[in-house]
Amino acid sequence: MKNLWRNLPTLRFLIYAIALYILLMVLSSGGILNDYIMIIINICLIYVILATSLNLINGITGLFSVGHMGFAAVGAYVAGTFTTLVWKLPNDGSVTTTLLFIGALLLGGIGAAIVGFLIGMPALRMKGDYLAIVTLGFGEIIRTIVNNIDAVGGPRGLLGIPELSSFTIIFVATVVTVLILRYLVYSSHGRAMISVREDATAADLVGINTTKYKVWSFIIGAFFAGIGGGLLAHLIQLAHPTQYGFYASFLVLIVVYIGGVGSITGSILAAFVLTILEKYLLPMVLQWAGLGVEWRMVIYSLLLIIVMIYRPEGLMPREAKFMIPEDH
Amino acid sequence: MDLTMFFQQLINGLQLGAIYALIALGYTMVYGIIRLINFAHADFLMVGAFAVYFFASFILTLTNAIPPIIIFILGLIVALVAGALIAELSNRLAYKPLRYKPRLSALITAVGVSMFLEYFFASLPFIGPSFRAFPDLIKPVSFVVGGVYLNTIQLLDIGLAIVLMILLTYIVNRTMMGKAMRAVSQDKDAAKLMGIDVERTITFVFLIGGALAGAAGILMAMTYPRIYPNMGILPGLKAFVAAVLGGIGNIPGAMVGGFLLGIAEIYATSFNSLLGEGIAFAILILVLLVRPQGLLGEKQSEKV
Repeated sequence: MKNLWRNLPTLRFLIYAIALYILLMVLSSGGILNDYIMIIINICLIYVILATSLNLINGITGLFSVGHMGFAAVGAYVAGTFTTLVWKLPNDGSVTTTLLFIGALLLGGIGAAIVGFLIGMPALRMKGDYLAIVTLGFGEIIRTIVNNIDAVGGPRGLLGIPELSSFTIIFVATVVTVLILRYLVYSSHGRAMISVREDATAADLVGINTTKYKVWSFIIGAFFAGIGGGLLAHLIQLAHPTQYGFYASFLVLIVVYIGGVGSITGSILAAFVLTILEKYLLPMVLQWAGLGVEWRMVIYSLLLIIVMIYRPEGLMPREAKFMIPEDH
Repeated sequence: MDLTMFFQQLINGLQLGAIYALIALGYTMVYGIIRLINFAHADFLMVGAFAVYFFASFILTLTNAIPPIIIFILGLIVALVAGALIAELSNRLAYKPLRYKPRLSALITAVGVSMFLEYFFASLPFIGPSFRAFPDLIKPVSFVVGGVYLNTIQLLDIGLAIVLMILLTYIVNRTMMGKAMRAVSQDKDAAKLMGIDVERTITFVFLIGGALAGAAGILMAMTYPRIYPNMGILPGLKAFVAAVLGGIGNIPGAMVGGFLLGIAEIYATSFNSLLGEGIAFAILILVLLVRPQGLLGEKQSEKV
């Protein structure tokens, strides 16, 4: 039995996930976790989606992409447009609404993936810093574009998005994302992506189509970022250009690097630690110290610098056992 | 667009370009020597502007007897020193410990420094996140040359930027320190073997880059007399595009790129404001597709 437990990490992963779900549901319906804490947990989960998908691009394939929230913006605006303007979904919790919402999320993800492909094809000819510059510029371009399309609200943002992202939907989406990425990384395709990171020239020489894997890594990463963006828009009921700027992208990047680049476990851990730190612990500490909440980001950025100097490999550079699928 | 309008916009473009060029120089020098995109560079500009603001307000509350031009010259020195100091401080505390670590760690740290400076200034009770009016150190006097309106601020922006660029070119090409800078940017290890103090050279680069950002800060504060902690972000991004346009790591490239970008932005804005907002990034993508090494950069062959 013990051997079975050790040899079936996917089963263990699912059992952990279900146990966590039940625990959080019981605690929230028992009133121990109030609504504010539940929103923070939801945001943590969305950050898990954003950070693990960015980790696929940056950590696994080794492409330094910094405009990840640009993809999330595409997802948020596409999904938000469908639920708000096209289908005009009510917030009634019926099965049809949920199904349509899932459809809208997938459309958002596909939209982001298409944009990822369009950006990826030319951008992946660049190397290293230049790729960072292109993706940075791309994030800003997306923001400028949505800022100027009046049909989706322009600078006012897309308002009146129904609150369709329930805890259950976000949780399931997160688990599915992590599960897919986890299998992908340990598949032969994932190995090919890692070989691109380690030495692209050598990978080319042994017959791996490096361009193909770079583009696919971009497409898949962008797809999940789009899903994350759609979920976020339907959680806070707003899609606004300022949410998807330069700094929003860097917050995701920070999660990946603090967690440990290339480690999905690290991204998950850091998404929770950093979001809870930023949204819950720091405001409490600051209130206790008599400082305003505006000091929150000062301490946050200082922490980032300190972690980078003293632990540049991140908090959890190695995967936990249950994150590695069978036969590895 | 008639000819007068064309020259009018050219002057406006040169003015904006002068500021971009000064910022771009700092980006390109730091990149040239330690291969780091210093995201915090744009915030050195903000620090410079605020240093001058407090200095000028302090002097103006003490006495009104000092002529504004003297205050401006002293303010310029304050801006240069403040920019240089904050740049060297961030180099010493944040970038130096990561010098031989993976380059991405330093890049993330640069983002951290940038965020820290912005939020720290926004959190300080005597600064705060809101706009502040920058005092008129030099009264803008307009005059007309052949139908084109010029004012003293425009001439000052362009003139001062050119003077600083000539000074920089002299330092880089004619002094021992400049030679050391060029050597380190070519090959750090070989430079070390030749007895060049690499860390001292890097410090020098940060001091010069920071001082230029400080100068850009006072010029920007005088041109658009509103200062706030996030004032550096947008000009910083655009100056960065300018550095890439000229060829990152290339000093004359940053100057050319800065002026070209400023002119392009002004002309694009005069056609359509949305175009003006996006032209910098459109240029960026175009440059990276067509000529990724930039206008004046040399193509680097791939080593295996």
